[in-house]
Amino acid sequence: MNETVLRTEGLKAFYVLDVFGTQKVVKAVNEVNIEIRENEVYGIAGESGCGKTTLLKALVAAIEPPLRLIGGKVYYCGYGKEIDVSSLSAEEKRRLRWEYISYVPQGSMSVLNPVMKVKETYRDFIESHVSGKTREEAYEIAGRQIVELGLPRKILDTYPHQLSGGMRQRVTIALAALLRPRIIVCDEPTTALDVVVQRGVVQMLRDVQKYLENTIVLVTHDMGVQANIADRVGIMYAGKMVEEATTERIFGRPLHPYTQYLINSLPRFGDKTTRESVPGSPPSLIDLPSGCPFHPRCPYVLDICTKQMPGFVRLEPNHRVACWLVGEG
Amino acid sequence: METLLEVNHLTKVFSLGSIFSRVRIRAVDNVSFYVKPAEIFALAGESGCGKTTTARMILGFEEPTSGAIVHRGGQGGESENKKVWFTEGVQAIFQDPFGTFNPLRIVDRYFFETIGNFGLAANGKEAVKLIEEKLNAVGLSYDEFSGKYPSEFSGGQLQRISIARALLTDPTLLIADEPVSMVDASLRMSIVNLFKKLKEESGLSVLYITHDLATAYYVSDRIAIMFRGNIVEMGPVERVLMDPQHPYTRLLRESIPEADPKKRWGSRITLSDTEHEEYLRAGCKFAGRCSDATEMCKTESPKDVYFDDVLVKCHQCTRKYP
Repeated sequence: MNETVLRTEGLKAFYVLDVFGTQKVVKAVNEVNIEIRENEVYGIAGESGCGKTTLLKALVAAIEPPLRLIGGKVYYCGYGKEIDVSSLSAEEKRRLRWEYISYVPQGSMSVLNPVMKVKETYRDFIESHVSGKTREEAYEIAGRQIVELGLPRKILDTYPHQLSGGMRQRVTIALAALLRPRIIVCDEPTTALDVVVQRGVVQMLRDVQKYLENTIVLVTHDMGVQANIADRVGIMYAGKMVEEATTERIFGRPLHPYTQYLINSLPRFGDKTTRESVPGSPPSLIDLPSGCPFHPRCPYVLDICTKQMPGFVRLEPNHRVACWLVGEG
Repeated sequence: METLLEVNHLTKVFSLGSIFSRVRIRAVDNVSFYVKPAEIFALAGESGCGKTTTARMILGFEEPTSGAIVHRGGQGGESENKKVWFTEGVQAIFQDPFGTFNPLRIVDRYFFETIGNFGLAANGKEAVKLIEEKLNAVGLSYDEFSGKYPSEFSGGQLQRISIARALLTDPTLLIADEPVSMVDASLRMSIVNLFKKLKEESGLSVLYITHDLATAYYVSDRIAIMFRGNIVEMGPVERVLMDPQHPYTRLLRESIPEADPKKRWGSRITLSDTEHEEYLRAGCKFAGRCSDATEMCKTESPKDVYFDDVLVKCHQCTRKYP
C-alpha cells in the first residue's frame, strides 16, 4: 500500500451564520475521517449540498468565515513528517499551497484574468512562488509545461475569452500542476462541459497524474466520470462519509442504500427498463434528521436508524460502510 | 402520417462582428424534423450546435431567417389570437429551475397568472383544484407547495413545479430545453421518468433537448443528433445510439462515461479548434476532426441520405452503402 499524503481526523467544519440575532449552524462537514494515499485518484461523490466543496476547502486549509473549523485535524504527511495544518501560520500555508497541495475550484474556467494574456497569468503565478526568475525564464517554464501536457503553445499568447471552455479548464489544471504539487484537488472540473470536452479534460487529468505521479482528489457528482478515472471513491451524504471503497467494489458491490441508488439510477445503453431515483429530497444541513441522516429516504429503514448514527464497518481493508444494515445483521 | 409539429428547412443566420469584418454564422442550417403525437423526440448535441436556437424559433422567441414551423393540434382550434392558440398547445420548460422563477415571488402566483391568462378556471376554488391536480401529476402536494418562495425548494422540486405549471393548459407538446442538466444526478431520473409517465398516461409529446445521450436513450422514441447547425443523424433511438453510422455520433456515443470501471476510455481524442472555424467550414462541418475525412468531405457538403428509417448526413456512409 502506498504512503498516506493527506489525513483527516474527525474533521468538523460548520458554517456559523448569525441571522437576525439567532445562530444557525450549517453542518457541512461532520466527523469526516479520510486517508488519501500517494499516487492515486481519490474520488468524492454525492449530491449537491452534501458538503463536498466544504470538505475540499478544509483540506486545502482555505477556511474563511462564516466557515469555521469546529473540531478535528487535517494532516499533510509530506517531507517525512506530519504537519497539522491548523497550527500553521498564514505564510507557511501560502508556501505549502501549489507546492504541496493545489486547488482547482469549481467554475475555474472563470479564474483566468480576462484582461491578461494566459502567459501573464503564468508569470504572475511563477513570480509569486519561485523567486529569482526573469520574465523570459518564466515564459520559458510556462511554454515547456504547456507543451509537456499536450496543449498547443500558441494558447499562451491568447486572452482567456478566445479559448473554449474546455481549453480554459485544461489551462487551469495545467496551472495547478505547474509547481509539481504532491496533491491536486479538483472541484467539479467537468460539470459545465459537453461530453466530448469532458472526455478531453478527464484524459488530461489522467496525463497529469501519470506525469507527476502524484495524488488527485476529484470531486464530482457524475458517477460515470468517477468510474472512469478514480482508484478509490468516497460517497458523502449530508456532511458525512457513508461509504468508501475501491472503484471496482463501489460499482460492483455497493452496500450503502444511498450508494446503490446513486449507481442504479444511472441510465445505461441497451437497457430501457425503468430506473428509480432516490426518493424524497436531500435533508437540510441546518436541521439534520436524528440518527442516520439518510433514514427518511431509506427503503430499508430499521428502528435503530432513527436513533443512532452508525459507525464505520470495515469489510475489507479497502471497503468501509456506515450503515446499520451492514455488519450487524 | 399524423404529425404534431413539423419543422421544414429551418435556417437561422446570425451576423457577428462589425460592418468591416462581418462573419455570418448559420446557427441552424436547413433543419427539418417532425414530432408525432405521444412521442418523445430528442434533439441532442453539444453546446453551440444550434439546438436551443431551434427551440427558441419553435417557441417564437426568435424569427427564423427562412423555413417554416407547422404546428397542429392546439386544443381550442383556430382562435383569433394566434399566439394564445399556439401557447395553449405548446408549453416550454427551461434549463435552470432557479432562473425560471423570480426569487421574490411565491410560486403560486405563476400558476394563478397562467390560469388567468388563459381563462382556465371560473373562480378561485376551481383554480386551486386545477393546480392540485397538476401538482399531483408531477408528484407534489398542494400543501407543501403553496405560499413558498423558490428558494425553499430543491432544484428537482422546482423543475417539477415548472413542469406542473406548463401542464396547466393541457398542452399537446412540451418543449424541454435541457431540463435535467442543472438537476442533481440522483434526482435527474425523477424528472425523466415523469416525461415517460406523462407520455404514457396523457399522450403528451415532448421535444427533449439535451446533451445527455444516456437519458435521451432512456426516455425517447426517436432522436436527432445535431452538429454545428446540421442534423447529422436522425432515426429511432435504438438504431441511432446502439448502431451509430455518422462518425460524430460514434464519437459522442463513446465519450459518454459509463458507470462501469471496466469500460474506461482507451483511445485518445482531439478537441476542436474553435467553434467559429467549424461553423464556417465549406464541406462537412465535422471534416476537421473526422479520421476518415477525404478531400470531398472538406469541400462538398454531404446530402441527407436515408437508410431505412435512419437519416445520415455523411459522404463516407453514402459511399459504403450506395
